Amino acid sequence: MWDWNYTWEILPQLLKVVPITIAATLSAFIFACALGAPLAMAKQSKNKWLSLPVSAIADFIRKTPLIIQLFVLVFVLPTSIGLTLSPFVAGMIGLGIHYSTYLSEVYRSGIEAVPKGQWEASTALNFTKTNTWLRIILPQSIPPTIPVMGNYLITMFKETPTLSAITLVELLMTAKTLGSSSFKYVEALTLVGLIFLVLSYPSALLVRALERRMQAREGSAAIK
Amino acid sequence: MDLFSLELLPPLLSGLKVTLLITMYSTLVALALSFVAGFARLSRFRVISGTAAVYVELFRGTSLLVQLFWMYFALPILLDIRIPAMTAAVIAIGLNYGAYGSEVVRSTIAAVPKGQVEASIALNFTPFQRMKNIILPQAWAMMLPSFGNLQIELLKGTSLVYLITLTDLTYQGMMLRTYDISQTTAIFTWILILYYAAATLLTYVIRLAERKAAVGRG
Repeated sequence: MWDWNYTWEILPQLLKVVPITIAATLSAFIFACALGAPLAMAKQSKNKWLSLPVSAIADFIRKTPLIIQLFVLVFVLPTSIGLTLSPFVAGMIGLGIHYSTYLSEVYRSGIEAVPKGQWEASTALNFTKTNTWLRIILPQSIPPTIPVMGNYLITMFKETPTLSAITLVELLMTAKTLGSSSFKYVEALTLVGLIFLVLSYPSALLVRALERRMQAREGSAAIK
Repeated sequence: MDLFSLELLPPLLSGLKVTLLITMYSTLVALALSFVAGFARLSRFRVISGTAAVYVELFRGTSLLVQLFWMYFALPILLDIRIPAMTAAVIAIGLNYGAYGSEVVRSTIAAVPKGQVEASIALNFTPFQRMKNIILPQAWAMMLPSFGNLQIELLKGTSLVYLITLTDLTYQGMMLRTYDISQTTAIFTWILILYYAAATLLTYVIRLAERKAAVGRG
């Protein structure tokens, strides 16, 4: 039932596309992190003409499926504005935009967790707005969000199979091609599942350890 | 582009019906599994909590689409049976979100203040009464917001069943597109609107449940 020879034969072919999968994850994550910051700021803006539409758009992106957003990028953009993206770039942008709405919430929670006195103190000390953000608020708001960001990185990694729908040759696409040519889906698909597990589970454990350490540090800081 | 060409709507709405059906069935499976696995993880017996932990880590550690493909392409070969696409979809989505949901159940039950448990023991409640009347109602109120988020993720996740040949909303859109490619923008605009409407409706229903669970609490 399980063909070991075939397993060893296809394993290298699957491992060969792991770097593409990871590259897609990382570039999309960087994109999402970069886009999430201005998104968080716009959503928090006192200017309602900015905060309301941006919040509405972010909500819309969060509540609609990634796969449709990817289809919009590869099918609608070429016909409407004549922009044709490669599967990798479209995947990076689509995955990045989708998760930037999640990351903007993470940033928001990080910023809101900074005590109000910090803002008041920087005003009292005559810090400029830029300096307040760069030297006071961000250095305090980013570290607590790192475990959450780590979790989203893992989540995005697990979303990359969706990119096969826009013909990016990643793990699942490769497994499906292998499976359909030999009709041995069991080995190929099980290997893909195992590869995902082997990469994501240790990362998840790492994030959990980080989370615990930061909680412990927070606890001891509170005692002081 | 004629955005309001209404002839697009009937096929899309029939797709939406399939999407909502899969959402409903998978939600029921996921909800049941959330409680079974969530309670199992709190069990004193290592075998039970261990098995549940393996299930949760396995389904959270691999991705939903891989699980869908595995259920649809690999499992029938392995067991030498035919599994209808609908069944494969409901099982895969149910198992996947059940794993996430069980973490919600486990953590909220663990978060009910210990004094509540102690008080109900002191008042001579049976373990079953303690769970049903004291712990669960409090945990349930804490579960709902997380369940609400998971519900939206589940709805969005059903869009992947198109890749295992089910005729959901996404599938109908892709079919319409092959008939008339000039309608692409209108088709995807409608699909996005319909998913958003469904998600908003679900959010609203869960808000109502949240309000109901909060009645008489602090």
